[in-house]
Amino acid sequence: MKIEILGTGCAKCKTLEEVVKQAVAKVGGFHQVEKVEDIMKIMEYNVVSTPGLVIDGVVKSTGKVPTVDEVVKMIEEAQK
Amino acid sequence: MWQSLVNYFTVDMLGLSGRLNDTINFFIYDTVKILFLLIVIIFVVSYLRTHFNTEYVRAHLQGKSELYGNILAAFFGIITPFCSCSAIPLFLGFIQARIPLGVTFSFLISSPMNNEVAIALLFTLFGWKITAIYIGFGLLVAIIGGFVIGKMNLEKYILLDVKPMEGELEDVGEVKMSQKQRAKEAWHYTYDIFKQIWLYVLVGVGIGALIHGYVPADFIAKYAGGDNWYGVPLAVILGIPMYSNAAGVMPLVEVLTEKGMLLGTALSFMMAITALSLPEAMILKKILHVRLIGIFFGIVGFGIICIGYLFNFILQ
Repeated sequence: MKIEILGTGCAKCKTLEEVVKQAVAKVGGFHQVEKVEDIMKIMEYNVVSTPGLVIDGVVKSTGKVPTVDEVVKMIEEAQK
Repeated sequence: MWQSLVNYFTVDMLGLSGRLNDTINFFIYDTVKILFLLIVIIFVVSYLRTHFNTEYVRAHLQGKSELYGNILAAFFGIITPFCSCSAIPLFLGFIQARIPLGVTFSFLISSPMNNEVAIALLFTLFGWKITAIYIGFGLLVAIIGGFVIGKMNLEKYILLDVKPMEGELEDVGEVKMSQKQRAKEAWHYTYDIFKQIWLYVLVGVGIGALIHGYVPADFIAKYAGGDNWYGVPLAVILGIPMYSNAAGVMPLVEVLTEKGMLLGTALSFMMAITALSLPEAMILKKILHVRLIGIFFGIVGFGIICIGYLFNFILQ
């Protein structure tokens, strides 16, 4: 599974990266976590409010930092 | 009732009197009042906000006529969250959806100016009438500012070449969430903001309390009162670099107006703090020519100064 964090490098984007790492550790298994800072790539996802969270190419959340549990839920739903 | 409780505490229990009582009484009264109302109002605004996101706003603004777009964008600015680090994706995303530059700026001006902390503090300190006038004037600056920028054909000052999207954006519709989820998210958001600003509020009220107790009214009236023509522009210039301190400055504004500073001057100061932020300008410099940012600051600054004078004139 590929998890992408969209953000130009603000504090909230870094927080989201931490949250995602914790969530991945909680879920277990191998997941590719990638930080996307290239603005043009972020645009391709049609996201205008960062930070954004993308799982396997699907935008799951924008403009906010979800909690660890919420991210765990998103990952589990995407695994189904 | 709260005031008499604080009076009982400082006068009867602590035995304070005179200036010291004025200062400590004010500090306790205002700190509790402001923090309580901040929590309530930020929660309500955050809850309303869970219904909208910026992607929704973008889909809605697409293909609207220019002036109507300016008005709509300014209103959306009140209810959608905006963090200055989103300025670039927001800007490019709007252009990509072929939303006119002026409409984008209307949103960019309105969103930080009508932010929940500014609204909450204004309501707490000055009541709903002043808050309504502030929001009304804020919308006016956003609509007119965006409209003027749109009429100036400044598209050439966008430094990145953004390809317009093919076809139409699909309407993402309202965000789907249960009431419980919305309340939870709003609470999460409120806690987040509270954590960031409580110290500023305490420091602000502390300084305010000292001024309240020890600085004579005519001192402030002399320097920021009605006779000084330069009060309003000076307030705007001082406000620009103070973005992060909006929460701490508001309690000061309360004391200063109480001591004779004109309300229009105070409101201009607040608008400058929230709408013209230096950090945001630095971020936008990556994609916009300095001249465009300069025009943006110039027009908004001018609008805020006009409103300050107008407000002072109306209230006199």
